[in-house]
Amino acid sequence: MKAVGVLGNFTDVNAIVSAASKVNEAGYTSWDCFTPYPVHGLDKAMGVKRTILPYISFVGGCIGLMTAIGLQSWTGAVDYKLNIGGKPLFALQFSIPIDFELTVLVCAISTVVGLFHLCKLPTWWNPFQSDKGFAKAMDDEFVIGIYANDSRYHQENVIALLQSAGATDVRVVHEGEEHN
Amino acid sequence: MQTTAIRHEREPLILGNPTLHDITAKIAGIAESKPNMKFLTALGFSATLMAWGIGCILYTVFNGIGVWGLNNPIGWGWDITNFVFWVGIGHAGTLISAILFLFRQKWRTAINRSAEAMTIFAVLNATTMVLSHTGRQWLFTWLIPTPGNQMNMWTNFRSPLEWDVFAVNTYLLVSLMFWFIGMVPDLATMREYVKSNIAKKVYTIFSLGWDGSMRKWHHYEMAYMILAGLSTPLVLSVHSVVSFDFTVGILPGWHTTIFPPYFVAGAIFSGFAMVVTLLVIAREILDLKEYITLKHLDNMNKIILATGMMVGYAYAMEMFIAQYSGNKYEGFVFLNRATGDYAWAYWTMVLCNVISPQVFWFAKLRRSIPVMFVISIFVNIGMWFERFTIISTSLHHDFLPSSWGYYSPTWVEVSIFAGTFGIFLTLFLLFAKFIPVIAIAEVKGVMPNAQPHHHHDEHEEH
Repeated sequence: MKAVGVLGNFTDVNAIVSAASKVNEAGYTSWDCFTPYPVHGLDKAMGVKRTILPYISFVGGCIGLMTAIGLQSWTGAVDYKLNIGGKPLFALQFSIPIDFELTVLVCAISTVVGLFHLCKLPTWWNPFQSDKGFAKAMDDEFVIGIYANDSRYHQENVIALLQSAGATDVRVVHEGEEHN
Repeated sequence: MQTTAIRHEREPLILGNPTLHDITAKIAGIAESKPNMKFLTALGFSATLMAWGIGCILYTVFNGIGVWGLNNPIGWGWDITNFVFWVGIGHAGTLISAILFLFRQKWRTAINRSAEAMTIFAVLNATTMVLSHTGRQWLFTWLIPTPGNQMNMWTNFRSPLEWDVFAVNTYLLVSLMFWFIGMVPDLATMREYVKSNIAKKVYTIFSLGWDGSMRKWHHYEMAYMILAGLSTPLVLSVHSVVSFDFTVGILPGWHTTIFPPYFVAGAIFSGFAMVVTLLVIAREILDLKEYITLKHLDNMNKIILATGMMVGYAYAMEMFIAQYSGNKYEGFVFLNRATGDYAWAYWTMVLCNVISPQVFWFAKLRRSIPVMFVISIFVNIGMWFERFTIISTSLHHDFLPSSWGYYSPTWVEVSIFAGTFGIFLTLFLLFAKFIPVIAIAEVKGVMPNAQPHHHHDEHEEH
């Protein structure tokens, strides 16, 4: 059976941060930490690059603003001119509430869509999930997983690395296997 | 060093010093436990109320809004009062989830999930109210700029009522996204916790396969902050736009510049009162006293006191400016509010909103469950009367004495309003049963020793 990778559990939050630095320094790229809540500084220890999500949101906000101005000016001043109480057909002043709302709305939608894209959500199955101890990462333990598709992956080295970093219950996870 | 010492003296956010697993078991365990008689009775009662309210909305749809007590000159009555009331209720949830998040107020973590839920259910009620009052409710698409409306006309973007369509729907959608994104990691926790196969499948679908990956948390935290940043101006904008519905009109009593800030303060005031009402009940029924502590309720009562006085200031100031302006219509409308046909509503409002929260000056009373429960109900009532006073008094006596009138609701309007409470409570009870009612991951993250003690983190922490 093909190996998915190696998992090691930690119960102490300080231990996983120093272990993550070690795995990062060892040069692995296809690996991850799994934690029940965002651990401050763990992303830095892992060497995770700053997310590009704010740029996606910004572009979304701009699209929203342009949509709002375009919609209000085109429908009111171009497509169907209607004189209502002598008010101008289009003016920036009266368009501001809707400009603001659509900017916020499209910005929020693009943030969520961007998040889903960057996190590859929804992906309903992580191959590590066949391992029972992996679910602890949703509860009270911190898990490091190094995937078998990493170019530096050698089972023995990986196991040794995680053990030396202080992980308990270091184990190899195989595809489609139910571990206990 | 001094700051560290002070931090340790602070009251803990969560009592009883639970382990991380205790938190999971406590919150996720609510969904596993069998619903007790108290819960089922409450659900039965609220669902009946909801059914009755929806029945009366359908009765209105089939018979037209002539079945309401509206008349000429009073074209807005309980419908718009209820709309403004419900939109306002929602504001506390967004304030707790967004503004308190940006200010790093960690006490919010225990109450933000339920407050956000409340926001969404309240805004749903608000849209229900506004849709039911449109007369020909099946033409609701005319509110949205879609091609092919009547005679190919577009919506009128010069009207504040159209701004309101955008403001309220944006508010609803952004709150919904914020709520759901905040919930995804907790739903994953539920997925691993629950035993029943069906429940596991449902939580699997809604948790989107969240696995706690730190690479995902990194994006997630940024997304959460952006959504909080976007919701923050929404707290201020939504009720401002709602107030434009009145201020852009020329009626005395409505056409005032004080309205946007005054409405926003009132919205936060009423919203916090509703959060206190609900949480006092929820922490009792769901046994969450270690999580929703007196400290949380104390903090919220302080906000009620502060916003209550802002509202009181606004009442005094609009009364003063109306006289000081020298405009006789304006001056008359305000004197009429306090002494005219609707004086009973005005003084109920003042009593409930300005006088009653003053008891919160005393720490003992701020921390007394019976006192805060009663005061929060008073504030809910008072804020409803505020909107009723604003709407009715300006409409019933405007410019010409020959077109003055009086308005009372019919049983249909009263039933619909009661029904919105049914909708609200039913949704809230279902939420409390099936969705983690406390943000599990966030609470875990603010527990003592939950975060690593790093030399380079030391500065950020303090």
